[in-house]
Amino acid sequence: MEKKVRLLIVGGGPAGLAAAVEAYDKGERDILILERENKLGGILNQCIHNGFGLHTFNEELTGPEYAQRFIDEVEKRKIAYLLNTTVIEVSDKKCVKALNEGGLLEIQAEAIILSCGCRERPRGAINIAGSRGAGVFSAGTAQKLVNIDGLMPGKEVVILGSGDIGLIMARRMTFEGAKVKAVVELMPYSSGLNRNIVQCLNDFNIPLLFSHTVVEIKGDNRVESVIIAEVDERLNPKMETAQEIKCDTLLLSVGLLPENELARGANVDISRITRGAVVDDRLMTNIDGIFECGNVLHVHDLVDFVSLEAREAGAKAVEYINSKDKNKKYESIAIETDGKVRYVVPELILKNDDSNPLTLKLRVSNVFKKVRLEVSVDNEVIYSRVKQVVAPGEMQTIDLKSEDVLKLRKANSIKVYLRSME
Amino acid sequence: MRELICINCPMGCHLKVDDTDKENIIVTGNTCNRGKVYGINEVLHPKRMVTSLVTVIGGEHAVVSCKTKEAIPKELIFDSLEVLKNTKVNAPVSIGDVLVSNILGTGVDVVATSNVKRV
Repeated sequence: MEKKVRLLIVGGGPAGLAAAVEAYDKGERDILILERENKLGGILNQCIHNGFGLHTFNEELTGPEYAQRFIDEVEKRKIAYLLNTTVIEVSDKKCVKALNEGGLLEIQAEAIILSCGCRERPRGAINIAGSRGAGVFSAGTAQKLVNIDGLMPGKEVVILGSGDIGLIMARRMTFEGAKVKAVVELMPYSSGLNRNIVQCLNDFNIPLLFSHTVVEIKGDNRVESVIIAEVDERLNPKMETAQEIKCDTLLLSVGLLPENELARGANVDISRITRGAVVDDRLMTNIDGIFECGNVLHVHDLVDFVSLEAREAGAKAVEYINSKDKNKKYESIAIETDGKVRYVVPELILKNDDSNPLTLKLRVSNVFKKVRLEVSVDNEVIYSRVKQVVAPGEMQTIDLKSEDVLKLRKANSIKVYLRSME
Repeated sequence: MRELICINCPMGCHLKVDDTDKENIIVTGNTCNRGKVYGINEVLHPKRMVTSLVTVIGGEHAVVSCKTKEAIPKELIFDSLEVLKNTKVNAPVSIGDVLVSNILGTGVDVVATSNVKRV
């Protein structure tokens, strides 16, 4: 059975919910959210720690509470959604195939917002030698087992990777009675927030070993120990520093990857750096009417920024649906970066006359102190802010006024870069 | 002398806090005043919000997430977790329901942070 809908949203996590609410508030009534889990809210449902929503609600909420605020807004507007429904294909003609208990659904949409989030890099992506005993989990899987199912993955734990999920899980496992023996980080710095290092590790005297990695996992049926070693500047393990840590569980918190299989199937161009779609300043991909927002576009550190970006996508999708010349192609210009700025989203600025403020989001490639973050248009600096410190773990934003955005639209070259102040 | 990392911003200043004289605590290594305030509070009365789980009877999930409504003294973290471990509530549970009132006499309630339906 084929069904028609004006705006289809793939994924009912924080991005999908905020996009739906904004699209509704911009006048669209024919919206459908497809969610593969049995409830709305996405990953927030298992993030039971506090610290969400400081920017959006001016108070510190836990993940489920933050999600519920948006679920309530969706329910209040009676926006349609289907749970337990997995999208298996999106075509470049905006035809979507999905599966649920009722069988196969085919839905023809006028616009699609992909808000399907990201997933964790698995063991296979980092090539750790050793046996395949039980007890190796991604940090997020362990989080779901503990927080949703009330099950403990193990008793003595080593965590590889000091991203925020790894840090949060170190505390969570400690709270549930496990002994976290060490957090091992390949880089000389953590990509997690200081606050999490202090309150999840230091509070419980959990050692954080920088420039170390796991070189071997031992144990045939169950993990019995891991071998860790220091790494050199080129990140190669120095085997003479190897030491064994007894443990029954290894949690991996080694990065997140946008989940873009559906986008690829629709011929959406994917950035090699963010692993999300290449989008223009409407958050639209190279395929007309397909938009991306949230962690599927680029991995965010704060959900508040996901919600803001998703609202933008919701509004732009409605503008697109209502525009008379939907298929009109605009030329665009790509924002250039130096090596210190790793990426900017959106990457493309349309050469049209749209006058609107715009937020550029970016990440840097290393820790830099005392720098200026600048935007130049045809070598004229139009934005400059002093940053005492920037780090890869913290997304930076550049809020541009509409008159500056108009300058971008007319530019022959746009650069975003860091300038040293020393 | 206590060594701390300031959590107010990504600078993460390494603070040294000299608390030999409780009336006149000396913070060094901070870049701004927020670091000084953080250092003094962290030494005099550190507090943390505690988030964990409570067992649910007759619900769609076996557990419900919860939090202390405000931060409680840091040294009470593990005692409060023990209280939560021994607490059982009946489904349904809604966000904001008080699961433990006035935990350990702190004057702070523990409230549910997710909804669990009865099954």
